[in-house]
Amino acid sequence: MSNVAKHLEGGFDVERVRADFPILQRTVHNKPLAYFDTAASAQRPLAVIEATDRFYRQHNANIHRGVHTLSQEATEAYEGARDRVASFINAPSRDELVFTRGTTESINLVAQAYLRPRLEPGDQILISHMEHHSNIVPWQILCEQTGAELKVIPINERGELDMEAFAGLLNERVRLLGIVHVSNALGTINPVAEICRAAHALDIPVLVDGAQAMPHQSVDVQALGCDFYCFSGHKMYGPTGIGGLWAPLETLNDMDPYQGGGEMIKTVTFEETVYNDPPGKFEAGTPNIAGGVGLGAAVDYLASLGMDNIAGYESDLLAYATEKLSSIDGLRIVGTAARKAGVISFMLGDIHPNDIGTIIDHYGVAIRTGHHCAMPAIRHFGLPATCRASLGIYNTRHEVDVLHDALLAAGRMFN
Amino acid sequence: MSAAGAERRWQDLIVDHSQFPRHHGSLEKPTHHAEGENPLCGDRVRLYLDVGASGTIDKARFEATGCAISLASASLLATAIQGLKRDQALQLFDQARAMLTTGEAVSGIDDAELEALRLISRFPMRVKCASLCWHTLRQALRGAEGTVSTE
Repeated sequence: MSNVAKHLEGGFDVERVRADFPILQRTVHNKPLAYFDTAASAQRPLAVIEATDRFYRQHNANIHRGVHTLSQEATEAYEGARDRVASFINAPSRDELVFTRGTTESINLVAQAYLRPRLEPGDQILISHMEHHSNIVPWQILCEQTGAELKVIPINERGELDMEAFAGLLNERVRLLGIVHVSNALGTINPVAEICRAAHALDIPVLVDGAQAMPHQSVDVQALGCDFYCFSGHKMYGPTGIGGLWAPLETLNDMDPYQGGGEMIKTVTFEETVYNDPPGKFEAGTPNIAGGVGLGAAVDYLASLGMDNIAGYESDLLAYATEKLSSIDGLRIVGTAARKAGVISFMLGDIHPNDIGTIIDHYGVAIRTGHHCAMPAIRHFGLPATCRASLGIYNTRHEVDVLHDALLAAGRMFN
Repeated sequence: MSAAGAERRWQDLIVDHSQFPRHHGSLEKPTHHAEGENPLCGDRVRLYLDVGASGTIDKARFEATGCAISLASASLLATAIQGLKRDQALQLFDQARAMLTTGEAVSGIDDAELEALRLISRFPMRVKCASLCWHTLRQALRGAEGTVSTE
């Protein structure tokens, strides 16, 4: 099969996608860049770069309340982005999408504005062993503040949730379940809809950390049946410093405000303040307007490619990369769940991941090494760190071959 | 020797010291002892010294787990400090730090192997790995309490 035919398989033309990402033209140590660190932060397509550029060049002003032309244009651009992002995750209403700085802020917001007033000593918060630190530490802080307890769903040797143990941990003291949709360290895709059904049987609300799911598959918050969905713009080819929190309007209405300031109010006197309706209620201060505009461009871009096409292409590439890397003597993949997306964590013999990362950088290959902000997940496998190659829409089989050859060279250096 | 040739030699030295660390082990009753740990990397080093009455480091041993750069640096350190006076070893700490951070030749260093530390300056994110044992050395010689870290 010719290369062109391969690229077009499943309606996805990777060479056309690559042409949309200017950074892929650069070299690193005189080698073409092979970027396998999308799980840490994706690269940005021209559509996103140009949308933020155009905003600053032509429409920049503060949003809401301004009566002049620029302020109206900026408001339309920002709120228009909210419409598109809300529709991208199939939110029933645009008012249910709160713009935040990213997943981390979204989770902290839910911890403090939703859960804190509802917690009593002895209550429980349930999370899993494969969470990112951003879905661990906000709950630990909350437990210290309230006397609640943090409980952890164990994972098996493949890096999948222990669903039996999960069922056993559900009880009437659990006030919230926080679960990652796709693990950034192991690649595991969790059965979120099934988890939500089980939790809801006991009226336990579920927060889903969707940071790694959004770039890889279509996300429908209604089909998932979750209560909170959190995500970051920069993991899904949008800007840094912008992300979202989705929750039903009823829930958002019942929540305390998060930060106080401008925009989150209707009226202010020294005696009393009337809070704004959601989502404004949770967006105190001037937001990251250009970031919002850029995120709107990112979801337009992803929608134009089709999330199902992306999922199909990446799934095929993941299978190819898994097979290719597994063929290397002494290479062990960490995280071998039956359902995986976009991430291959691995060890090469007993070579420290940082040494691998430094060596293969000289072949133009960018991977992440370390604990990937998920120390408990990595330590579960008795390791302080792993190498992680993560896939994006622009990676190719040829790049996987380059990674493979660079790893062979690193192995030879220590042999 | 060309710059590229020197770099290749240094790289080979670092790999060699990481795979066959010199002076690896412990001392039963060290006069000086300290530990270093970089928890993010998982690098750990324990350094044991026998400093004689004359103030000379008679023996240096280390135990370490971690990346090649941290192991090689500890092996180079243990090799270099044996036979040095305490003050000379402290001066070597300063010289090693200068080589690791600037990559430049440092006056007073005539140890061809130790010069390999200059290569590490090319990898700013890895300087902390090579520095760990050196900070551990300073801690041991000062007789200070507590685990050191370079993260």
